[in-house]
Amino acid sequence: MKLAVWTYEGPPHVGAMRVATGLTDVHYVLHAPQGDTYADLLFTMIERRNARPPVTYTTFQARDLGGDTATLVKNAVADAYARFQPAAMLVGASCTAELIQDDPGGLAERVGLDIPIVPLELPSYQRKENWGASETFYQLVRHLAGARAPERGQPAPPRPDWRAENRRPRVNLLGPTALGFRHRDDVVEITRLLDRMGIDVAVTAPMGASAADIASLGEADANVVLYPETADAAARWLEKTFRQPRTSVVPIGVGATRDFVVELSEILGLDADAGLGTLDSRMPWWSASVDSTYLTGKRVFIFGDATHVVAAARVAKEEMGFEVVGIGTYQREFARDVRRVAKEMGLEALITDDHLEVEAAIEEVAPELVLGTQMERHIAKRLGVFCAVISAPVHVQDFPARYSPQMGPEGANVLFDTWIHPLVMGLEEHLLGLFQDDFEFGNDTPPSHLHSHSPRPRTEGSETEAVTPEPAAEDRAVGANTPQASPSTPTTAPAESPVAPDPAGAPLWLAEAEAELKRIPFFVRGKARRNTERFASERGVTEISVDVLYEAKAHFGNR
Amino acid sequence: MTALPTLQAPDAGCADAPVLKERGQHEVFCGLTGILWMHRKLQDAFFLIIGSRTCAHLMQSAAGVMIFAEPRFGTAVIEEKDLAGMAVLDEELDRVVQRLLARRPELRTVFLVGSCPSEVIKLDLNRAAERLTSVHGPQVRFAHWSGSGIETTFTQGEDACLRSLVPQLPPKEDDARELLVVGTLADVVEEQFLRIFRALGVGPVRFLPGRSARDLPAVGPGTRLLMAQPWVNETMRALAKRGAERIPAPFPYGVEGTQEWFRAAAREWGVPDGVFDSVLGPPITRARTALRRHREALEGRSIFFFPDSQAEIPIARFLARELGMRPIEVGTPHLDRAHMDAELPLLPGSTRLAEGQDVDKQLDRCREARPDLTVCGMGLANPLEAEGLRTKWSIELVFTPVQGFEQAGDLAELFHRPVDRARRLAVS
Repeated sequence: MKLAVWTYEGPPHVGAMRVATGLTDVHYVLHAPQGDTYADLLFTMIERRNARPPVTYTTFQARDLGGDTATLVKNAVADAYARFQPAAMLVGASCTAELIQDDPGGLAERVGLDIPIVPLELPSYQRKENWGASETFYQLVRHLAGARAPERGQPAPPRPDWRAENRRPRVNLLGPTALGFRHRDDVVEITRLLDRMGIDVAVTAPMGASAADIASLGEADANVVLYPETADAAARWLEKTFRQPRTSVVPIGVGATRDFVVELSEILGLDADAGLGTLDSRMPWWSASVDSTYLTGKRVFIFGDATHVVAAARVAKEEMGFEVVGIGTYQREFARDVRRVAKEMGLEALITDDHLEVEAAIEEVAPELVLGTQMERHIAKRLGVFCAVISAPVHVQDFPARYSPQMGPEGANVLFDTWIHPLVMGLEEHLLGLFQDDFEFGNDTPPSHLHSHSPRPRTEGSETEAVTPEPAAEDRAVGANTPQASPSTPTTAPAESPVAPDPAGAPLWLAEAEAELKRIPFFVRGKARRNTERFASERGVTEISVDVLYEAKAHFGNR
Repeated sequence: MTALPTLQAPDAGCADAPVLKERGQHEVFCGLTGILWMHRKLQDAFFLIIGSRTCAHLMQSAAGVMIFAEPRFGTAVIEEKDLAGMAVLDEELDRVVQRLLARRPELRTVFLVGSCPSEVIKLDLNRAAERLTSVHGPQVRFAHWSGSGIETTFTQGEDACLRSLVPQLPPKEDDARELLVVGTLADVVEEQFLRIFRALGVGPVRFLPGRSARDLPAVGPGTRLLMAQPWVNETMRALAKRGAERIPAPFPYGVEGTQEWFRAAAREWGVPDGVFDSVLGPPITRARTALRRHREALEGRSIFFFPDSQAEIPIARFLARELGMRPIEVGTPHLDRAHMDAELPLLPGSTRLAEGQDVDKQLDRCREARPDLTVCGMGLANPLEAEGLRTKWSIELVFTPVQGFEQAGDLAELFHRPVDRARRLAVS
């Protein structure tokens, strides 16, 4: 049993819904009680879809238990077929129905419909949303494309040769789903990129695909795996069954997009240099131009799904010139990829689905920018740190009306814009330092180009509390050292008086040094405080004077 | 000032109207979602759902935009290993509670809230609450109720929660008359109501729930009950068993509803008509002024309610009588005729009443009727908008202070805004 307040992932049947909702003519019958219909709003409200997800809920009640819930399933299957006329049907159970063990898949088979029925076994008490999406897509592909697979024991027939057939090579784009972070625009961007490389898209799946499209997946020359968390299992099966090669690089960022072009060119026997010549991102110049100098060494913390985190780490380091100070994912299934990247950067990856642990980690490293999910956006807001969203889960404001891919050349432009947008601009940073006590343009002023959604500067009270080690700090599993007070309700002594000596032996700030610290702009103040205290502690200095503050600054520089 | 007339219905309204009872897919929230407002109201209580990842995901999705100031609710997510046996479950629950109390030492009441999975595996939360109270009491008290979707629909969660508090209400020491207002009200509404009761000389007045789950009103034969919310049916029955008596009244939506609600209490307390009229006169006049421009926009327009909170009937009554709207179908998840006794006669007899839901069939009826405004949940609204139907999110009727005179205009505006928006937008 695990205490959860907010969750990064929903239950696995929500993953199945993301697949079903992406498809055009597949219906999902879900054995579930009435409240589970809440999941519809994820699609109709958060993603602003204009149609209900193709899901029928059996809606059993307490009085049905021990009675005939099986008939409810059969009726729901028959009614859904009659009303929606799907080309295939997914049938499964949500967490509660899993406990009553009705075998909805088997019951649906017995209804005797003339369409493929794909039973789903999604263990709700072990697995989560992304796994559910992956398993659903895999089962669907096995059932529908599997009908055209070579006989068991027979070798797969040789791959068709697109040159011999006098046509352009064709690939499938695998992984985009409903409710995916920017999947809609990534598909457009990669389709464009492929077109310029002389490659056609055979099928994009699950999003936009029909059951017939899924059945034909084996015909393409290769598979492009856009989102491994959904498509990796299916792509591996297609590779094994149809000898269809698959890509391994996710084209997020300039470097990864180049690697992707090279990889796919090699798979298809195309000229990689010609493909690279089609790339036209503005991002490298935007990053090299002198205005971007202030981005150098900005300390970033990255958290989200594995695909976006791995990509963001590379972009942050190699393409923005940031310093990655923390990295992690909520996806245990892909933890290995994130651990590898963390190791390369000399970090230890944070693998957790407890947002309180993430909050504690962010607080500890005091980054200047957080790249994360909606959870990290809330955390960053509380801590007064700038944040950009790079990964699901996201809320309605992260489904923009405008074209806003993460992948490909335009995706790289979007990353540059959205990551630096929250930051204080370079010259403004200097001006803030120059005129520290200006009442309108002082240290606690949010960036001038942002007002509504910049983080609120923290009061000294909560900041003091935030960096004071608490006795329960070792119980980090439940985030016990997270401050309870919100920034608006400081609970510690006013900042003018020296902070009371800490039982844990943290150094004491003298009033003059405390005042000097306040002259440092709020968005770097947390870092300055942390560095100074660390500097003092390491040297056994018990009182922090102005001199200690500047000695620490000289020691650490602006890091 | 002229005496304010008692409400008259032109005919029997829907008092004896047939009800279309439906059984099928229910597109409604389960009772757990009641926690979303109750955890803000009860400031010393924590709501610990014993459920699945689905429950936790529901809570954050239904909250619309997350309220990130650490909420006073959470889910103890049952995992595979917990299903091995009851002993394991007890042990795990104890551990979760221990950590919760270490983190939130200010908590005085913890509600153990049952869910679909905990009901199906027959987790005995009564026993768990007793066991945990014996460990952590008297500092922390544990109560339990079920918000499971197999037993409760949306607002029935609040009813179940309040019902669980009834046995803990202290007995009243005398038979003196006291008013207890039942159902969560916004603080601002509560204050307004208190001011009016004070001016009328009706009192003492207590609210259930108040802001604390520990400071509970006494109950006994002198207690008179006014329902502030239409969904507190089982709580009312439990209070009646403790000797309290319900004062029949419509619900305090709109000018008429609020006026009759207060009149019911005023009669019970023997408030002279002159006093009643002079106290209520000014707020009634203000509220009517506030309603006027909304009436101009909404008069004659048809409206269709999908079931959601049980507030559909009184709100439809308000829209029909005070704004001139035409209810086509009023769906409610549960129709409690005894507690709707003052409302049903006031609803136009032409209204189709529906209880329960078969959502696809109801959508067929809605498309057929093409109402000017459809009140429905967040799962249905955008698809209907895309079909050219104007909609109103029903959840706002629960999440917004809409009761009383001063909020009558706000309630009307919730329905006016989608109509106004459709009028303003030149592109589609």
